[in-house]
Amino acid sequence: MFQLDGNPIAFSKGDSILQAAHKAGYYIPHLCFHPDFKAHGSCRLCVVDVKGKTVSACTQPAEDKLEVYSDTAELRQSRLRLIQLLFAEGNHYCPSCEVSGNCQLQALAYDLGMTHYHYDPFSPLRQQDGSHSQLFIDQDRCIQCDLCGRASQEQDLKSVYLLAGRGQDTHLAFRSHNGQLGSTNASMDDRAAHICPVGCILPKAGNYPDIAGERLYDKIPIHTQGNHRRDEGGQDEP
Amino acid sequence: MNHSVPARKVRVATCSLAGCFGCHMSFLDMDEAIVPLIETIEFDRSPLTDIKTVSQCDIGLVEGGLCNEENREVLHQFRQHCTYLVAVGACAINGGVPAMRNHFSLQECLEESYLNGIGVVDAQIPSDPELPALLPKVTPLQTEVKIDFFLPGCPPPAAAFLELIQAVLENREPQLNYTIRRFD
Ligand code: SF4
Ligand code: SF4
Ligand code: SF4
Repeated sequence: MFQLDGNPIAFSKGDSILQAAHKAGYYIPHLCFHPDFKAHGSCRLCVVDVKGKTVSACTQPAEDKLEVYSDTAELRQSRLRLIQLLFAEGNHYCPSCEVSGNCQLQALAYDLGMTHYHYDPFSPLRQQDGSHSQLFIDQDRCIQCDLCGRASQEQDLKSVYLLAGRGQDTHLAFRSHNGQLGSTNASMDDRAAHICPVGCILPKAGNYPDIAGERLYDKIPIHTQGNHRRDEGGQDEP
Repeated sequence: MNHSVPARKVRVATCSLAGCFGCHMSFLDMDEAIVPLIETIEFDRSPLTDIKTVSQCDIGLVEGGLCNEENREVLHQFRQHCTYLVAVGACAINGGVPAMRNHFSLQECLEESYLNGIGVVDAQIPSDPELPALLPKVTPLQTEVKIDFFLPGCPPPAAAFLELIQAVLENREPQLNYTIRRFD
C-alpha cells in the first residue's frame, strides 16, 4: 500500500505509481501513458511529489508506505504550463479540428482551466502526409507522445511510426523508402491507427461524426472519465 | 442576488481585427440577459455603435488576431484606453483560422487569392495605398500587448461574456466554468 493524496492504493510488484493509481480508479493527468504499452515518461503531465521530489508517476515504481501527492496547487500549475507549452509548440486550431471535443490534450486543457497559451506560439512548419489511402497525418497536432510508435512496435509488430530528430526538430516519421506513410504497410486495422490522443493520425473518411455538445469531453471532464478515444467505445480507464 | 445599479455604468469598447464577427454575434446572442445588462454597461467604440475612436473604457473586447498594420494600430489604441483588455475568441488567443495562412509565405497567399485562384478574373494583387499592409504572419494579441483576460471559444458562448462583465462589476477575476470554457 502507498498513499495517493491521502488515499490508500494497493499495488502489485513492478507497478508504477501511475499504473497502480489507474488500477485503483484514481486519475493522475497523463497523455503519453497508456495501460497497454510501456511507459514513455515524455509528456511529464503525471508529475507527482514523492519524498520532496517531483517525479513522473508513470516511471516511478510504487513502493510500500510511500506518500505521493498529485492534486496540489503547485502541481496543477506545472501541468497547466506543460499543456500550454504543448499547445504553443504545435499548431492547434481546435475550431477546425476533426477530434475537437474528443481530444485528450484539449480535455486536459479544459480540466486544468487553460484559457490561453501563456507562451508565444512557435508556429512550426510541419510536413503533412496524405499519401496513405485511408489515413491522413496532420503533424501540426502531434505532441510526440510516441503512443503510435509503441503500438506499432509492441502490438502491430510493424514499427511503422517513429519519432525522428532531436529537441525542437523531433517529429513523427514513417519507416519507408521515401518517408511517406503511403509507402509503409500501415493499415487502418492497426492498433497504431487508433491510439493517437490528439488529432494527428486520422481516418480520411467519417470525420466529424458527433455534434458539439455530445462529444466525449463536452460535459464530463477527463479527470472523471479518463483518457479515451471516441472509437474505443469507452475502456475501463479511470 | 444584488441587482442594484452600479454608481457608474461600465464602459465597453469592442472591435473585430482579423476575425469574422462571429464573436460579436455571440455576445449579442444572450437573449433576455441583455435587458439587465443595458442597466450596467454602455458602449464606446464598437461596430454596434459606429463610434470610430476609442475613449477611456473599463473593458476592451478584442475579437480576432493581428493580420495587418491597422490591426496593430487599433490594438494599441485599445490597450491605451482600456483598463481591462480582453482577448475574445480563438482568433484573438492563438490567431485561429486566419493563422492557418502561416503555413505559407504572404506572397504565396496573395498569388493564390488574386492571381492563380479558381475563378479569378482580371488577375492582379491589390496595391492601393489605402489598404493596410498585411503582416507576414497572423499572430495572437498577446504577442503585441498585455492582455488581462481571455475568453476562449469560436465563438465564446454568451454566458462567458456575461460572466466577464459580472466579474468586472464585482471587481474579481472572471471564472469560466467547465461548460463555457471551450476552444471551438
Ligand atoms: S488535436 Fe486537440 S488540441 Fe489540437 S487542434 Fe485538435 S482538438 Fe485542438
Ligand atoms: S501521432 Fe499521435 S500518437 Fe503518434 S506521437 Fe504524435 S501525438 Fe502521439
Ligand atoms: S474566434 Fe471564431 S467566431 Fe470569433 S472571430 Fe475567430 S473565427 Fe470568428
